[in-house]
Amino acid sequence: MMAKQYETVIGLEVHVELATKTKIFCGCSTAFGGAPNTHTCPVCTGMPGSLPVLNKQVVNYAVAVGLATNCEITQYCKFDRKNYFYPDNPQNYQISQLYLPICRNGHVDIETADGKKSVGIHEIHMEEDAGKLIHDDWEDCSLVDYNRSGVPLIEIVSEPDMRSAEEVIAYLEKLRMTVQYLGASDCKLNEGSMRADVNLSVREVGAKEFGTRTEMKNLNSFRAITRAIENERERQIDLLESGQQVIQETRRWDDTKEYSYAMRSKEDAQDYRYFPDPDLVPVYISDEWLAEIKSRQPEFREEKMARYKEEYDIPEYDIGIITDTKHMADLFEETVAICGQPKKVSNWLMGETLRLLKEKNMDPEDIRFSPENLAKLIGLVDSKAINSSVAKEVFEVLFDKDIDPEKYVEEKGLKTVNDEGALRKTIEDVIAANPQSVEDYHNGKEKAIGFLVGQTMKAMKGKADPGMVNQILKGLL
Amino acid sequence: MDILSYSAVELATAIKEGKVTAVEAMEAVLARIDAKETDINAYVTIDKDAALKAAKEAQEKIEQGTLTGPLAGVPVAIKDNMCTEGMLTTCSSKILGNFIPTFSAEAVLNLEKAGAVIIGKTNMDEFAMGSTTETSAYGVTRNPWNTEHVPGGSSGGSAAAVAAQECFFALGSDTGGSIRQPASFCGVVGLKPTYGTVSRYGLVAYGSSLDQIGPLTKDVTDCATVMEIIASHDTKDSTSVKREDTDFTSALVEDVKGMKIGIPRDYFGEGLDPEVKAGVLAAAKALEEKGAIVEEFDLSLVEYAIPTYYTIAAAEASSNLERFDGIKYGYRTQGYEGLHNMYKKTRSEGFGPEVKRRIMLGSFVLSSGYYDAYYLKALKVKAMIKKAFDEAFAKYDMILGPVAPTTAPKLGESLSDPLKMYLGDIYTISVNLAGLPGISIPCGKDSKGLPIGLQLIADSFNEKKLIQAAYTYEKIRGDFRIED
Repeated sequence: MMAKQYETVIGLEVHVELATKTKIFCGCSTAFGGAPNTHTCPVCTGMPGSLPVLNKQVVNYAVAVGLATNCEITQYCKFDRKNYFYPDNPQNYQISQLYLPICRNGHVDIETADGKKSVGIHEIHMEEDAGKLIHDDWEDCSLVDYNRSGVPLIEIVSEPDMRSAEEVIAYLEKLRMTVQYLGASDCKLNEGSMRADVNLSVREVGAKEFGTRTEMKNLNSFRAITRAIENERERQIDLLESGQQVIQETRRWDDTKEYSYAMRSKEDAQDYRYFPDPDLVPVYISDEWLAEIKSRQPEFREEKMARYKEEYDIPEYDIGIITDTKHMADLFEETVAICGQPKKVSNWLMGETLRLLKEKNMDPEDIRFSPENLAKLIGLVDSKAINSSVAKEVFEVLFDKDIDPEKYVEEKGLKTVNDEGALRKTIEDVIAANPQSVEDYHNGKEKAIGFLVGQTMKAMKGKADPGMVNQILKGLL
Repeated sequence: MDILSYSAVELATAIKEGKVTAVEAMEAVLARIDAKETDINAYVTIDKDAALKAAKEAQEKIEQGTLTGPLAGVPVAIKDNMCTEGMLTTCSSKILGNFIPTFSAEAVLNLEKAGAVIIGKTNMDEFAMGSTTETSAYGVTRNPWNTEHVPGGSSGGSAAAVAAQECFFALGSDTGGSIRQPASFCGVVGLKPTYGTVSRYGLVAYGSSLDQIGPLTKDVTDCATVMEIIASHDTKDSTSVKREDTDFTSALVEDVKGMKIGIPRDYFGEGLDPEVKAGVLAAAKALEEKGAIVEEFDLSLVEYAIPTYYTIAAAEASSNLERFDGIKYGYRTQGYEGLHNMYKKTRSEGFGPEVKRRIMLGSFVLSSGYYDAYYLKALKVKAMIKKAFDEAFAKYDMILGPVAPTTAPKLGESLSDPLKMYLGDIYTISVNLAGLPGISIPCGKDSKGLPIGLQLIADSFNEKKLIQAAYTYEKIRGDFRIED
């Protein structure tokens, strides 16, 4: 008997923390990492008598993401209360959207080795984040930090359109890039500014009905997501193959053990008693407001790639890397606008920048040097004020501290010595000190000149133009 | 003249003219409280030292000329569901028995800016749930007209304090009649403003879509004056309305000529005490004699108001009261095992039976499978009730009727039968459902000597019509106070 073939069916619920300066319903800062309960006020700690007031920037971001993912925008939308008791939730209800979410019926186009595909977006809704519980083992008690309480989130709910981990990763990459291009979030999985819950079921190939699904939580990296999907697929198939049933439940992924365990089943599912929040008025997004948001939409990656091909003479591979993040693309375009040398800018980004990012375990969004200073560095090399090895040293400092390369080179005395007399003097000394190499050269050993150039550069502390050294050296020999 | 017999505006004038000081006024009130509180129990919290200190500071500023507000130096009582910075705010509940807010309600701040001086916090039905002030965790408040009777509720402490001259005016809150009904039972003036007129910021929410803060005063002039101070557009309250027409004292005009007043037949049917009916109709007659055009009409849907109200208010309350969980502030049970048990014990011990009843009712109507049948249907009926009022106000400037079917019942009579207590709200509740302004003004006494209340209801944003008609009626009626 032939083994059954199974198909995996996956839908995602993605939470994205929006990059607003203040919280969704109060004026508190959303900055990450403050001392506990310092970014709080009566509203985000659920004090009696406090009332929420909507931060309009949250609506701007949510609509922008909706437009970028081809959604219909709900121009008359409302907030609902989701009621459940937990200490990280100071009001014991979360303000979210159930009945009239801000965006619906969108889609995102992805591409994997299997080809192109469209993943449906069921809805996007706005909501507030909860605080954080910290267990104090020493005192054996739990403490709560409400700094994150009220930080704005959007939840992007996909249709169950994905069939593999590759498709899930492609979808998430695409979402992340879109949201980052909009400046709506930095989408960092490891910091929790992007969180994905995976709804997964399996069914026999060809089956019309979906199987029973589980929801997987606590997935903090693309790698964890991939492993959890593969693990859960196997677990469900094993259950079915052994004649058991998949139970509809929420599971928690433990990435160090590469294993998931059940958190709660559907039977324990709470009745959230959703109802429209009477403290907030409905959000009406007028045609004018919508048009304003539309007019501010940035150029997205596909459009950018096409334009780069037209405008800049750089390899397609480089274009792919540079446009992978808006931050890198902006840096590239702004530097080119100053120095007018796309190829050289691209080389700095593709070479030294990527190398240092990898070495320092940083993301492109973390790049802090300015286009002005990169352009100055390129100018210094062009004018032969410094040679390429000095340029690399300067770049490392530029990468860390965004120094002004012109001033830096001046202060550190790194300028190439263009004084032919001084150079000639040094070379004469090098020739005098290395008679064997001179002899080797005259005996036809071309390599020997490389050694002499190296000795000269060493004597000049690297501040010489290697071309010029070569020329003088050959003349003297 | 005895300081205590001054109205709030009269006292402010006397203080301005230097006849009385703010400190003397506060001392008089505190002495009165000492004499009356054993009988009345209008207050939950009084901080005499703080009150005297605040009065002293106010007096200094008045003398320096830096405090010139219309109620400068006048002692005020605040219902205990409004946050007062640094002063206990319990909502007359055990669960908030130790709660001291870090900020003051916007309406309280507005009063303080105008120079009013807080005496303390008045008793109420727990979380404003009740119509008699008997559900308070801090003892019942008694009606100053007859201490065998309830003062009404839920702002019973505020109404009783005004009637017993334990303050010069008070703030209350009205979700289904909680200002107007105790005003009626205690023979004072109470106004529930149009929804959105007074900021709800700092008012501990009961039914958020229905709650409004309003004044309880000795007369209509005080009512208009306080309204002018507390009405404000507040960006901290999303449901706050920006109004240009808050010069309420400009409506203190003795004239009802040509004013069209509709009397809903539905408000004079079964269940209405004949003495109340007679008192209210006599007031209508008096207004007619002053030139108002009074006619009867049918206001539909009156019988649906109570079930609609108890569905919506309980639903909102069940969610609003979730934050009282023993985690962040307020009461926490002593012994417990784990989080769930802590929640359960804290809330079982911290809330009284009426609050629990409404939390359960509200949780039920919001629960999955019942939401459409109860909560959504109630919202639809609410919209229809509003429409019925819209039709009435197309014909009439205002609607006239009783505030409550009876005068104040005896202590202990109401709680034994909650459904009967709920029915007592029949004339006040639909005003909240429709977001309208309504005023309660005394219009006589029954044979037991208990005050009868006249209710006038106007279309949204037409408080001035109410003030003008009530002011005119007050002039006809003459002085109305307890003879000591």
